[in-house]
Amino acid sequence: MAVWCPALAIDRWHLYRDAADPRDQPLILVGETAHGPRITAASAPARAAGARVGMLLADARALCPALVVHPADPAGDRALLESLALWVQRWGPWSALDPPDGVIVDVTGVAHLFGGEAALMADAQACFAARGLHVRLAIAPTAGAAWALAHHGPAHAVLPTGADALAHLHDLPAAALRLDDAVVVLLERLGLKRIGDLAAIDRPALARRFRDRRAPAANPLVRLDQFAGRVPEPILPVVAAPVALVQRRLMEPVRHRDLLDRVVADLAVALARRLEAMGQGARRLELGLWKVDGEVMQRRLELAAATRDPAHIIRLFAHKLDDCDAGFGIEVVRLSAPWAEPLALTQADLDGAAQAHGTSLAACIDRLTVRLGAGAVAMPVPRASHVPERAQRWVAPDPGMPCQEELALHARPLKLLDRAEPIAVIYEAPDGLPRLFRWRGAVHEIVRAEGPERIAPEWWREKGGARLRDYFRIEDGIGRRFWIYRRGLAGDGRGGAPEWFLQGLCG
Amino acid sequence: MVEGPGPRQDTGDVVPVAFGAAAAARVRPVEKPPHHPSGGPPPRAGEDTRWRPGLRMACRHTELFASADEASGAALALAMACDAADDPGDHRPWLWVQDRTAIRLSGRPYRPGLPERLRHRLIHVAAGRAEDALFALEEGLRCRDLAFVIGEVAGNPAALDFTASRRLSLVAERHGVPLWLVRLSARHDLGSARMRWDVAAAPSPPQRWNPDAPGDPRWRAELFRAHVFQPGQWMLGHDGERHNLAAFAPDHGSVVPGAGDRSLASIPGRG
Repeated sequence: MAVWCPALAIDRWHLYRDAADPRDQPLILVGETAHGPRITAASAPARAAGARVGMLLADARALCPALVVHPADPAGDRALLESLALWVQRWGPWSALDPPDGVIVDVTGVAHLFGGEAALMADAQACFAARGLHVRLAIAPTAGAAWALAHHGPAHAVLPTGADALAHLHDLPAAALRLDDAVVVLLERLGLKRIGDLAAIDRPALARRFRDRRAPAANPLVRLDQFAGRVPEPILPVVAAPVALVQRRLMEPVRHRDLLDRVVADLAVALARRLEAMGQGARRLELGLWKVDGEVMQRRLELAAATRDPAHIIRLFAHKLDDCDAGFGIEVVRLSAPWAEPLALTQADLDGAAQAHGTSLAACIDRLTVRLGAGAVAMPVPRASHVPERAQRWVAPDPGMPCQEELALHARPLKLLDRAEPIAVIYEAPDGLPRLFRWRGAVHEIVRAEGPERIAPEWWREKGGARLRDYFRIEDGIGRRFWIYRRGLAGDGRGGAPEWFLQGLCG
Repeated sequence: MVEGPGPRQDTGDVVPVAFGAAAAARVRPVEKPPHHPSGGPPPRAGEDTRWRPGLRMACRHTELFASADEASGAALALAMACDAADDPGDHRPWLWVQDRTAIRLSGRPYRPGLPERLRHRLIHVAAGRAEDALFALEEGLRCRDLAFVIGEVAGNPAALDFTASRRLSLVAERHGVPLWLVRLSARHDLGSARMRWDVAAAPSPPQRWNPDAPGDPRWRAELFRAHVFQPGQWMLGHDGERHNLAAFAPDHGSVVPGAGDRSLASIPGRG
């Protein structure tokens, strides 16, 4: 079932206004644009007076000086639509948003509970009317057909299950296919004004004409198939997810840290109890502090594993609250867990255990991450690349991570410098390897060397001018072992003379 | 005492004898008394004892002073950590903490170059200042899921004074997680580590198949301050196949039959 509220914004404005406001005034809602205020919604009297959606306010005023102008609230309209999407689940198990002003409900196999499709729609119409919303409803086998009927069909239209949407609805305009305005204009210029016109054309011709349009809203063929039910069209259902949230209103504004800590501890215990009731553990926590002078401070943190241990939460927030300025005092404190994951009811006294038996790895990583930042704690994982500095990458630590078989590379150094450091070759042997080089101000003499190990640039990533590298494992006179490379070859036509770099330190 | 001082005294020394390695491998496990499962009791202070590789130590805090221009400090720390591990099948992760200067001077750990049984369980912490590095070390030592902790701090930061060092020692001993703290290009300042080493790279032995190539790493290690052991100098390295720590005579080739370089696998009753 498709639900369309043609005048959602206007209806909402009336709902939240005094009932004494006359309904027959020419009301318009305007939004700010770069070229001045522009009309985003117009009531029926205003439309009769000549105001159109998309018109500049100045032009509309010229047509009808008596317009009643109010600012639009798109965010509020969206919130109303989201609440409507949950509310319409009284007629079907799944519902999805159809922005900006519609909702789609899956009523498959549900109609008999209400006494048939017509009775269902009558019930829905009455409920919406009781809420003060004007709606157009339609029921059809596919979401596309229902949408088309609701927007462009007769009122309360029902297309029975199994009916061929194309055959019954070929008279609807092309705009009923949920296409972008530009595409509708293009189709009209081509003379394809009805769905039937479009369906009469060969598929290959349509596919060729719109071959570079990927989005369904820009490709009439995809929309036609969705309309007729030839391809599936998954809809993203709206599911209400309760967020664990606790808050304290303080009788006396808090200005000192120890009192705030006590309030946070209190909230953490309450939140833990609520999460336990839901069988969940928090992965992200948000602490909001409302101050007397009207400012709001937000502190948020993420956890490595789902937890609801109050002591752990308190300790993590203690770091976060170090820089908070209470000003004239904090009057409301709210702690919520917007992201929670299922966590079985196994809970021990971790804080006491931490003193006696040490902390767990997840707690250790959490503490390190909170103090040092998310990127500071990492573990290396192999990456399929033969370029040495790309052969590993750093990811968030997870010791249980499954690991693929890695490339068996020959004798790699223990440590790699973040940036390979250039070395100055003082004396080069005829075979191409330096005998003496200077690095960090000290002169090293190469006593033994192994190489070259030639590593070519990855042509699929790097530019064509990238030079190959010849790696050498060397040992100097006092036994220091390094990994050096020469970038490029003499006469390879990719720059000047080859340069030498030191990239790794061997153990 | 499970291990009498008698056999240890004559075997722990660096003796430049021309024993064949194979002969030593045959003889040594028979002579050597079995280890206590939790590691033998540490030698008491005042006894005339020398450190040797493979000794089960109660020492939880070791400092290694090395130059920032070479990786010997970290490499020896890793070798010692592997050597001191009780259980070869240990799969707990381990922590490597570096401050920013240490990363800049001596680079980050490189997974393909790490010892094979350690590389998949490394957790690396890139701390900004030395204070952050010390915090990370302490948190790591407090974590029961870590096998050991390696720290790398460059220079002599003010934050790493005797108090901080003592704090690390106490935490490490309390929770039983060993700490190897590598000090890059640092003065020998005050510290409470149970063992303090000076490490430098040493020329490696010739490789069997390519005499011109650098061979297995060798380090010249000097124990200059220790709680229970006598100070001394060693030439340390991996013993070829088994990748255990072993002491070598200063000239290459002749393996000193140090008691500790035998693998635990050859002792009955241990995996």
